[in-house]
Amino acid sequence: MSLLSLFLGAIFVNNILLSRFLGCCPFLGVSTKSETAKGMGVAVIFVLVMAAIMTHLAYRYVLVPLRIEYLYTLSFILIIAALVQFVELALKKINPVLYKSLGIFLPLITTNCAVLGVAVINMNENYTLIESIVNALGSSIGFLLAIVLMAGIRERINDNEDVPKCLRGLPIALVTAGLMSIAFMGFTGIIK
Amino acid sequence: MNPFKIIKNGIVNENPTLVQCIGLCPTLAVSTSAINGIGMGIAATAVLLGSNMAVSAIRKFVPEEIRIPIFIVVIAGFVTVVQLLISGFAPELDKSLGIFIPLIVVNCIILARAEAFAFKNGVMASLFDGIGMGLGFTIALTAIGVVREFLGNGTAFGAVVSPAGFQPALLVILAPGGFITLGITMALFRRYQHWSASRHGLDEPRHEAGCVTCAMADACAALGRKEGDKA
Repeated sequence: MSLLSLFLGAIFVNNILLSRFLGCCPFLGVSTKSETAKGMGVAVIFVLVMAAIMTHLAYRYVLVPLRIEYLYTLSFILIIAALVQFVELALKKINPVLYKSLGIFLPLITTNCAVLGVAVINMNENYTLIESIVNALGSSIGFLLAIVLMAGIRERINDNEDVPKCLRGLPIALVTAGLMSIAFMGFTGIIK
Repeated sequence: MNPFKIIKNGIVNENPTLVQCIGLCPTLAVSTSAINGIGMGIAATAVLLGSNMAVSAIRKFVPEEIRIPIFIVVIAGFVTVVQLLISGFAPELDKSLGIFIPLIVVNCIILARAEAFAFKNGVMASLFDGIGMGLGFTIALTAIGVVREFLGNGTAFGAVVSPAGFQPALLVILAPGGFITLGITMALFRRYQHWSASRHGLDEPRHEAGCVTCAMADACAALGRKEGDKA
């Protein structure tokens, strides 16, 4: 599979939120305002790509030679948790302005299943380092796209008084996500 | 401590899927059939029982500042055990649940119960909490799985039950159907809660959107606030 189709496929066809269902908690929890949704999306791009590189190297050069591949769940989540802490510290030191806007989202990302999910997908599909990075980049851009679109829609829904009482909040957001997912299914044909 | 009260709390009052709205990723992804729903529910319940009891047992020795990483390691250990058991004894289930088995590690239900219940209560109470929450999750998953399997495939637990001439709507089994079915199920459950509250003359239950309902909200907010202050 060429890298371009892997990249486009990860953004549109196998969108991490709308078709793979990874990272739904922040998708539904942080998508009430566009500004926060944007911050969360950018932070996810940052962490997801770095996590994909780290977990790939750890799997290939530590777990496989030691024949302890079955410990991948444990080691991946530890790598991600440590990475998030490290990114937080480094960002605070290097770029305080960026830290101020992204910092609050970083703790939330440790338990975001999109990060671990993409690492596990890269491992299962036996992607090379480059393919892993491209897949991670595409998936996280897909995340940003979906969460920003969702936040834009939800801002308008919240102003609407016609939504039945028991559908307000999350249920209507879920139905909206379903309709968005139908729209994204239209991209299915763009890659083979 | 009343075991039945704790269990009922998990199944109805604080149902993890329909009321607390946590752990939605596996709910959406594996509820394509009733069997998958039950399998995922049992796997998550097993991890939840183990991690709740372990966290509760070690809660006196765990420093508060590093509790979350410790919870994650405990949970990851139990997930690895469950993962090996499933791939050994139920290879078909392993195939259909796919990456959602390792992802039980980051299922917020398990971390949230460790944080909100097991860290503050005794081992037996945590065991019952695990049973209640696990059952609540399993029942919700199975119910959604039954609906999606019937509408999308015309079967129930793998057996054909639809009348002749029934045209299954494939969309319900595909990704969009997951979102829409869960949204409608949640709305119906809220309707039931409103009805039940008004029948008993209680206040209407409030439904906050998003993170507020999550038991991890305090932990996240505390982290966010702490970091915000420093910056």
